[in-house]
Amino acid sequence: MNKTLLIISREYFTRVKKKSFLLTTILVPLVIVAFYAVIIAISIKGTTDETKIAIIDNAELFSDSLSSQNTNLKLSFIKNETEQSFINKYKDQGFQAFLNVPDFDISKPHKFFVHSQSSLSLTNSIAIEKLINKAIENKRLLAKGIDPAVFKSITADVQVENTIDSKEGSKKGSAGIAYLVSFACGILIYMMMIIYGTQVMRGVMEEKTNRIAEVIISSVKPFQLMLGKIIGIGAVGLTQFAIWIVIMIVLQSAIPLIFPDIMQQISSGTASDEDINMIATFTQGMSALPLAKILFLFLFYFLAGYLTYASLFAAVGSVVSEDQQEAQQLVFPILMPIILGFVIMTNSINNPNSTMAVFGSLFPLTSPIVMMGRITYDIPFWQIAVSMLLLIGTFLFFTWVTGKIYRTGILMYGKKPSWKEMLKWGFKKG
Amino acid sequence: MQLLELQNLKKYFATQKAVDDISFSINEGSIFGMLGPNGAGKTTLLRMITGIFYPDSGEVMFNGKKFDPQSDFRNIGYMPEERGLYKKMKIGEQAVYLARLKGLSHAEATQKVKEWFIKFEMQSWWNKKVEDLSKGMSQKLQFVTTVLHEPKLIILDEPFSGLDPVNANLIKDEIFHLAKNGSTIIFSTHRMEQVEEICDHIVLINKGKKILDGSVNNIKQEFKENIYQLGAKTLPENLINYIFEVVKHDNHQVLLRLQNDATPNDVLKHFLSQGVEIQSFNEVLPSLNDIFIKLVEDTTKARQFQNIQ
Repeated sequence: MNKTLLIISREYFTRVKKKSFLLTTILVPLVIVAFYAVIIAISIKGTTDETKIAIIDNAELFSDSLSSQNTNLKLSFIKNETEQSFINKYKDQGFQAFLNVPDFDISKPHKFFVHSQSSLSLTNSIAIEKLINKAIENKRLLAKGIDPAVFKSITADVQVENTIDSKEGSKKGSAGIAYLVSFACGILIYMMMIIYGTQVMRGVMEEKTNRIAEVIISSVKPFQLMLGKIIGIGAVGLTQFAIWIVIMIVLQSAIPLIFPDIMQQISSGTASDEDINMIATFTQGMSALPLAKILFLFLFYFLAGYLTYASLFAAVGSVVSEDQQEAQQLVFPILMPIILGFVIMTNSINNPNSTMAVFGSLFPLTSPIVMMGRITYDIPFWQIAVSMLLLIGTFLFFTWVTGKIYRTGILMYGKKPSWKEMLKWGFKKG
Repeated sequence: MQLLELQNLKKYFATQKAVDDISFSINEGSIFGMLGPNGAGKTTLLRMITGIFYPDSGEVMFNGKKFDPQSDFRNIGYMPEERGLYKKMKIGEQAVYLARLKGLSHAEATQKVKEWFIKFEMQSWWNKKVEDLSKGMSQKLQFVTTVLHEPKLIILDEPFSGLDPVNANLIKDEIFHLAKNGSTIIFSTHRMEQVEEICDHIVLINKGKKILDGSVNNIKQEFKENIYQLGAKTLPENLINYIFEVVKHDNHQVLLRLQNDATPNDVLKHFLSQGVEIQSFNEVLPSLNDIFIKLVEDTTKARQFQNIQ
């Protein structure tokens, strides 16, 4: 047992001390957060920028009312100018753009033109469209003899909010956030299984082609070597997760420091901008999820799934020698169920109780990934129990069989064995 | 006292009888040579001794008990023919790691590695990686990691391949030194001149079977062909004689084979009676190389694949 620990620590430290490990571990979340920060920064900057727009209102469209809801636009009316005469002047008078409203039939409006030096931003062109539509609606209401004020008093504008009832009381939920969390968990397990599984395979191949395996096997049992490698690399994966979680927590608490006004707006409930609303929904949606349960299930399925597949990857690494292509051929059948699991997972986020989703989350080769697709929903207890037991059983069985394949394969050089031969080794007695 | 005893070991692979009923024993403190042409089954036999392979049948007795990998790993140092080290790992760390896998504590392992590095003048290597070493250098490192934990049984598979004469001598001296201090050494090779120089006892293996077993001297006596060399100031023109046949001669030397139960004394008398001034006379024993070639030559040059049921 001591020797297995020794192997685990070597596998672990040689990987963790590598520069590439530090780089990917720290850079990945930083890139994600930096991206996030840039989006927030841009949306805040957008609210302070004013666009001055001139209007030549030949149709007297805005004569009755002009209420610019959007503070981004500063509107001014220009008299005694035509579209042709003003086109050379608006820039000198400090306008970024001007809107020309020619005389037109109120029942059949056509296109309107906005002149500008550079292309108009999407929010601004939407705001202008809104402005014109509102004005035309007002004109039409008046034509039918309806007071716009009366009309406004009878239009309704309601919003639906989802409340999740749990033991701890009601919380605001968000379907979008639940979707996001499921998907993120699923894709993480999918990626980790493939990335760390291949690392196990490469490590075994390295030991075999360097012939160090023979030296080590004269000191420890082959099974100890295999187990040490699998556990050591799995610990590297967990370390990476732990670092990511710490970085996320640090950065999340750093956001209010970097953007103090947003958080103030959210907490006081005065947030008006849509982007800021999104952040509010996100924090509320996150707190509505059963986070402890999700974390537990995620860690369990990550570990059990990784261990199950890692032993297969180790067996493949032990039977091939040097030839990368041979390894790829043998790895393909192992990747198939992982990819299948991913496909079922994306499907089961939308249909968490479909037959396919239930089957996929019980079947041990796909369950680590598919279960993540259902993780934010209420999964019946028996399904979780059966799924976990099946997965643990499969892991034990695979390790037993692959341990024997590994023992034979690691010392065989030359021809790649067939599947039949490998199975024969796997079920050999003793 | 016998340290290792092999009893009727057999190991069959799908297309080869790699080891086919081999028995021999090795005395404690001796240097034991295991010879055989390529593919004779030496490596398979060594792997069974080190516990890497289980024999299909037969027993390996170590120190009077049945060999148990768990407790006997500590007592064995194995240097395989294909050298194996982690290329990217620092040399000092690697040597300590391998010693700890044998069961040494961290402090003990570090201490031993330092001692050996000083002995072999390798101190400056500590923080280098194996990929920075030449073939000969990594050979030395491999030797150090093999003997570091002071095993009772040291198994060296072609230990001198790739070493220059200076380093080969360094390792050779170390082998003698280890044997003198009580370690038993199994030395596997197909380089006969090294065996003659180093080994007390040898076995010759061919096609999975033992075909020769004995001390170097006894084997040479067994295969001697009664050939003598005689040197003289001038030799007579006519050498034809009934007591010996001439194998080779020139004016000053003759290589002769005794015939008709003649003894060396008969030969000397013969030449003395002719008034020949004798300068030297000695028996020529066959070299192990000659014996090896003679024994192996009769069989096919390479092992053929066969079907084992």
